[in-house]
Amino acid sequence: MIELSYSRASDVDDAVRRAAGGRGRYLGGGTNLVDLLRETVETPSALVDVTGLSDEIAPTADGGLMIGAAARNTAVAEHEAVRSRYPMLARAIVAGASAQIRNMATIGGNLLQRTRCAYFYDTDGSRCNKRSPGDGCDAIEGFNRMHAVLGTSPACVATHPSDMCVALAALDAVVHLRSASGQRTVDLCDLHRLPEDRPDIETVLEPGELITGVELPAPSPDERSTYRKVRDRSSYAFALVSVAAALELDGDAVVGARLALGGVATKPWRARRAEEALRGQPATEATFLSAADAELADARPLAGNAFKVELARRTLAAVLQELTEGARS
Amino acid sequence: MPMIINGREAPVPTDARVSLLDFVREHLELYGTKKGCNQGACGACTVLVDGERVLSCLALAVQYEGREVTTIEGLSSDGALHPLQQAFIDRDGFQCGYCTPGQICSAVGMVGELRRGVPSYVTGDPAVTDIEFSHDELRERMSGNLCRCGAYNGIVDAITDVYAEQGA
Repeated sequence: MIELSYSRASDVDDAVRRAAGGRGRYLGGGTNLVDLLRETVETPSALVDVTGLSDEIAPTADGGLMIGAAARNTAVAEHEAVRSRYPMLARAIVAGASAQIRNMATIGGNLLQRTRCAYFYDTDGSRCNKRSPGDGCDAIEGFNRMHAVLGTSPACVATHPSDMCVALAALDAVVHLRSASGQRTVDLCDLHRLPEDRPDIETVLEPGELITGVELPAPSPDERSTYRKVRDRSSYAFALVSVAAALELDGDAVVGARLALGGVATKPWRARRAEEALRGQPATEATFLSAADAELADARPLAGNAFKVELARRTLAAVLQELTEGARS
Repeated sequence: MPMIINGREAPVPTDARVSLLDFVREHLELYGTKKGCNQGACGACTVLVDGERVLSCLALAVQYEGREVTTIEGLSSDGALHPLQQAFIDRDGFQCGYCTPGQICSAVGMVGELRRGVPSYVTGDPAVTDIEFSHDELRERMSGNLCRCGAYNGIVDAITDVYAEQGA
């Protein structure tokens, strides 16, 4: 870790002011950033601690929920409104990391956590376009069992590691931002960029722009939802495939679905093609599999991760089947 | 403002790079807390901050100004073992012992989470707040602490001995 300064922001304006102009980074729980600093993947000259900013979880005027960016993952997962009205989000959060890490990690930090691609971390021995743009990617011809099959480019195949973001993508969450030039909102689904030829630019955030909160719109009372994660061991591992799904049925027909995939894509992957394929169709396994096929038609597997296409297909169909059976029981 | 470690005040380091783990071990010479992976994958460095379990290897000490930190040394009192320490001995909750301080601090924090109804991935319906003190729940909730000797069953037994009768 290189030498750096540390200061604590007293409020949002103070945070933005402290980070302005320099190579400063906002610090939440540190569960990812401290590791990146230690490996010198990140080399900011200043840390601005934003854990003292709002961690409030409060209802919004239109029946949704506003979560302050400094709220810890555990606090969100155990919040009564999240558990009862957004069970998919509570399940996604407790599917991620370990309890110790969830006690530290903030919501804002979770949105900005970086890939766990081993080549990205290997500063001494590997080429990585995300770390050093233009250097090349050693994952594409390397050990790529954990890597992405959707949203990849010839420059980068790294997955986005978050579970929580997959649920937020399916829930149509809105991210609140603040910078020196004012405040704005961005849909969670538009926050992360596809890698294309600049995998080092991961989000649409401007330099120094701060995440202040995440807003959840009111859930549909007729939807059933869940989150399922498939991994190499049953706990404390990153996803091979994960599915966030909310399903609304009318009798045996699908009224609508909100779906997102994790572990298979370069960003939290909203599965709109699958949603489109489900609308108005009978809620059967055949429908669910063909919806999954529609979403995965553009998948580009690598030598080590072709299994993810079939695994994603089956997991998505199984989750929709589970929600359908739950609605009938 | 100092940090309070096991009831004693300690000034936080001025160098922002010092982790809470290195601070308690190298600055305060409290060697009970162990450095395993130093990257948040093993749980050996688990300590309690204001009663909540965290990984001291991923914590910058400077962030914990004014907070109350409890390490394994702070769980025993006047030379008497914490009941969970005794239960780990009675139930063979370890072989080499390297992960044990982290396991015990983690378990103390875990029981607090269970009692206040924090859901886990095996809880099923996250809306349920009355959570069963079951083998599956304990294994899931303790999954952030690796034991390469494989003493997991003894660890679950020790935790169950001390806390199950008190109810989750």
